[in-house]
Amino acid sequence: MVTETRAIDAPHRGLVQTFVRFREIGLIAFIVVLAFFVTLRNPVFLTFNNLRDIVLNISILVIVALAQAMVIITRGIDLSVGSTIGLSAMMVSFMIAAMPELSPWLMLPLGMLIGAILGSFNGTLIALGRVPPIIATLGTLSIYRGLIFLYSGTKSTINAYEMPPAFRQIAKGAPLGIPNLILFAVAVAVIVFLFLRYTRVGRDIYTVGSNPDAARFAGIPLQRTLFLVYLISGLLCGLAGVLWASRFESAQNNTALGFELQTVAAAVVGGVSTLGGSGRVIGVVLGAFLLGVINNALTLIQISPFWQQAAQGLLILLAVIVDATISGRLQRMIGGRS
Amino acid sequence: MSTKLKLFAVMSLLLPMLIACGGSAPATDGSATNGSATDVSPTTAADSQPASDSASGGAKTYVLVPKNLGNPYFDTANKGAQEAAQELSVTVTYQGSAAADATQQIQLLNSLIAQNVNGLAISANDADALVPVGKSAIDAGIPVVTWDSSIAEGGRTVHINQAVSADIAAIQIKMASELAGGSGKIAILSATSTAPNQNEWIALMQEELKKPEYANLELVETVYGDDQDEKSYTEAQGLMTKYPDLKVIIAPTTVGIAASARAVQDAGKIGTVFVTGLGTPNQMREYVKSGASPQFALWNPADLGYLAIHALHAIASGQIEGKPGDSFSAGRLGQYTIADDGTILLGPPTVFNSDNIDSFDF
Repeated sequence: MVTETRAIDAPHRGLVQTFVRFREIGLIAFIVVLAFFVTLRNPVFLTFNNLRDIVLNISILVIVALAQAMVIITRGIDLSVGSTIGLSAMMVSFMIAAMPELSPWLMLPLGMLIGAILGSFNGTLIALGRVPPIIATLGTLSIYRGLIFLYSGTKSTINAYEMPPAFRQIAKGAPLGIPNLILFAVAVAVIVFLFLRYTRVGRDIYTVGSNPDAARFAGIPLQRTLFLVYLISGLLCGLAGVLWASRFESAQNNTALGFELQTVAAAVVGGVSTLGGSGRVIGVVLGAFLLGVINNALTLIQISPFWQQAAQGLLILLAVIVDATISGRLQRMIGGRS
Repeated sequence: MSTKLKLFAVMSLLLPMLIACGGSAPATDGSATNGSATDVSPTTAADSQPASDSASGGAKTYVLVPKNLGNPYFDTANKGAQEAAQELSVTVTYQGSAAADATQQIQLLNSLIAQNVNGLAISANDADALVPVGKSAIDAGIPVVTWDSSIAEGGRTVHINQAVSADIAAIQIKMASELAGGSGKIAILSATSTAPNQNEWIALMQEELKKPEYANLELVETVYGDDQDEKSYTEAQGLMTKYPDLKVIIAPTTVGIAASARAVQDAGKIGTVFVTGLGTPNQMREYVKSGASPQFALWNPADLGYLAIHALHAIASGQIEGKPGDSFSAGRLGQYTIADDGTILLGPPTVFNSDNIDSFDF
């Protein structure tokens, strides 16, 4: 099995695999150290309830960050994820508010369908229209956000009391003891992992990203793969939109505004290369978890709100540096041994 | 019903995006605009009756001009205005533009002046841009009362102020004290740390807390949710985690109050932690009923519309001139006096709770 790292030649395969296995160590180390210091400042950090809150808060981020990671692996970027989430959340909320007798579970495929349509429009622009991804999705970021305003009109908000309780249970329910929201994130992570590792299209995504020219010569349908990856991204955003509306019990014009930056941050902190061709599911999940820990920590240690945003950026940078340093050391260590 | 139609409309608009590529984007944008415009037009048609017969003696005709049509907040104000119209035996028409836009509003006002209506009650989309048109109305002998949002001085006869900051601060501390049972820890969840109105209210609330009757209330922290749903929710969670014995969260912002109530509900702390502050009934209905936020405040837009029409009628019928110190009667709201700065204060904010919330829809 070929790993995600590009340009692997046979003699070094064992070495590279060892390195890959270690690659998230730096990130884990940073999270542990951060958790240690936050707990010193406020012991509440390590309580079960607080950790559950962190995991709940990042569940939607994990889903969308995985979508973003797949796009970035193909050397692209999807800036329209926030708007796609918002539009899907708004349309689904209008639907369920107008027809509360519908099964709320029906909203999941509906949201995914809306997301997939929006995503395939991105895909069409990029794969068929050859528009650079950053420009295409920057455009649809505005178009989809504009559609939210047009669609919701003067009503502008769907409030909690208009949503049937069963709809809110999609994200909040916990029939298996674990909140559904977390189960959704875990399920998506597992499916994406299997998809990237064991399916033809999944492998193609890496190949297209690591070397588009070679991929074309190898007979990999480049345009189709690109189209699919944006479609999948939209589909996952559609799912995230339903979960968002259910969890936050409302749909507003500014739902998920600016969320795209968080997803890019989670993916990149999680080791997805912006040059394309490499990135792992476990890394993205850890990246999202790190962002969740940072957000939670900043509220718990009572840092001045004026400093919070700057501190957030600083910690993200620090995490990337620590990760790169530790990974580099490990690589040299392994290299020295063999 | 129209919601379903809208859904299918947008769905069918999205499908062509799949088939056509590139150039279809502007087209989609345009046709969606039309869809939205037709959605608004029934409101326009129903509400905008010509006020042409107004000049011909008899009952006076006033026009209530909101920032835009189809906004539940202004629709509620219109209900109050119609109530006042019945009491005074005058006609009040409700006319506005589809979008909250100063240019469109100026065009509408010019046409109303040309129709020679008896008075205008305006919620201005721009304080300065509307001064010339307000002035030309006054010059034409049409009194201009502004409400909700003012035209700068020179372009209006009087302005109805919905609330003063001190009252807004006082009512929130009073509600918090009632919910906390007179003592305990309270926290404030605000919008952004730079919002001037928020900071003014917070400062006044801190003043209010110095009063002896609130001596046992302890304000532990002020946090900022940036008027984002997600961030406000996380900040409210953080408050409950940091202060396990927290009793009340005051959120003087409509986004923050709903997010806080939801966080309390999700944490299973209904009855332990209470949320209060400023919100709208539609947004808070669920949480008032669940007990997460038993009471909150805001001015009542129906009273605002009601008072605007009473003030307008008092001026238009010559009972008062609209000068500072003038005093007039506003039906069920009682007697009002114009302050030195040419404004009329509506009064203390309305408190919403489970007893009255279902009679409001905005």
